[in-house]
Amino acid sequence: MEGNIFQYDFIVKGLLGAVFASITAGLAGTYIVSRKMVFLSGGITHASFGGIGIGYFAGFNPVVGAAIFGILSALGVEYLSVRQKIREDSAIGILWAFGMAIGIIFIYLTPGYSPNLMSYLFGSILTVTNADIIALGIMSLILIIYFGIFYRTILYISFDESFARTYSSYVDIFKYITTSLIALTIVLNIRMAGVILVLSLLTIPPNIAMLFTKVYSRIIMWSILAGFIGTAAGYVISYFAGIPVGATIIFTLVVLWIFVKIIIRIVTKLTKDYIMSGSKNEEETN
Amino acid sequence: MANLFEMHSLSASYEANTVLQDVNFVVNESDFIGVIGPNGGGKTTLLKVILGLIKPSSGRIIFNFDLKNENSIGYLPQIATSDVNYPVNVTDVILSGMMISKKIITRMSSADRKKAREIIDELGLSGMEKSSLSELSGGQMQRVFLGRAIIGNPKLLLLDEPGNFVDASFETNFYGKLKDLNRRMAILMVSHDIGMISSHVKSYACVNRKLHYHPSSEISNEQLLAYGCPIQLITHGVVPHTVLKQHS
Repeated sequence: MEGNIFQYDFIVKGLLGAVFASITAGLAGTYIVSRKMVFLSGGITHASFGGIGIGYFAGFNPVVGAAIFGILSALGVEYLSVRQKIREDSAIGILWAFGMAIGIIFIYLTPGYSPNLMSYLFGSILTVTNADIIALGIMSLILIIYFGIFYRTILYISFDESFARTYSSYVDIFKYITTSLIALTIVLNIRMAGVILVLSLLTIPPNIAMLFTKVYSRIIMWSILAGFIGTAAGYVISYFAGIPVGATIIFTLVVLWIFVKIIIRIVTKLTKDYIMSGSKNEEETN
Repeated sequence: MANLFEMHSLSASYEANTVLQDVNFVVNESDFIGVIGPNGGGKTTLLKVILGLIKPSSGRIIFNFDLKNENSIGYLPQIATSDVNYPVNVTDVILSGMMISKKIITRMSSADRKKAREIIDELGLSGMEKSSLSELSGGQMQRVFLGRAIIGNPKLLLLDEPGNFVDASFETNFYGKLKDLNRRMAILMVSHDIGMISSHVKSYACVNRKLHYHPSSEISNEQLLAYGCPIQLITHGVVPHTVLKQHS
């Protein structure tokens, strides 16, 4: 009986988690991949580990600490790159390691054993609380509304920032808001996939989507679908094989990416052969 | 003839480095001005001051139209600063020119889309509406960015080295297009290549820290030197002295 309740809870949590993780990761991921900020996002992720460590040490919710660290480091890097006072990639590299160092130092300073450390590094569905799921649900809603209303503004600013500056004085504000939302998305997904693997949850789905569409809104849709397939399948495999969920999700996503790539190659080749063998190729491009 | 803006003893600098000094400059409604001068002389900076991207360190610029509420300035940047692999198609790029008046409102009306289609036809880009930038040639891409600059029907069009990308087959067409546009908007065109633009512009602004306005489309090497605005003519091969018509 108790096993059933546990199983039911696991399935609901897993399913909702998969839905919300793929929505948030699909929206945020499309933004970071098309704006080429994958490395920055990696920096944010690892910097947020410092917040987790301080949270442990000071006895407050580590996710709150991670959120504060994540947002501050995201804003810091965006600000520095706007002012062009420092090489952005170096700044990110420093932030990346510094966050991890702070995290490790404070976790070791915390008296007693920290059983959840592994779950923060590699993700674990077992430690995901109802509050985590609710937070991810709210985050999904916020992102859907934000991207829904400001779709074109976000699209155009990240496409050509310097041109956007010629017509809008809101460019920096939009960048800061969007980057903060990305940082929050990353932090909330850390519970699922872990610090080390969460970035792939954001970057692999848009790359799968970009194999067959170049339209921004469709990349978002396909990313969410690909993310859901990867996450859900990852859960199931993780549950039956007893391995960390983060690793199985990423593994599944990469396999999916390779699979789609091969399928597309075969389809393209078959279509080409068909056209070649058919009547005279009438397509003429100038 | 109404003037669009006036610069009064305007200076602009990057940190301690003064790029424009004591510039007085008036641009009128139907002007077609070639902005020439050596590299690093401040041509692009002049455009950036007009666009409001750089604040003058002293002096001022007075606009005689409402910058905030009109599609007042169209801008074609020097090098496409955008990423050609970004997931956005030709129609979307041209539509982004409408943001000049919309600021942060995000829905494009069907009138906007209709206008984008007209611009696409006008610039000979039909059939490429859905193409992504990576599928276009340099010249086609340049036309897309010209489309973005003019879709809002601005009063003033700023072009930064448009000749760099224009392919030979469209070149005559491109300058013809600019001539058409000049009937409804003033044009400021930055170029390092006087030979290329001399038959198209109505007057010159020579920029080398200082700005000298030359109110004629013909300009001689002596005049350029007198303006402190040496232009290298090396690209014009064997022509020994000047490639421009002398004053008749």
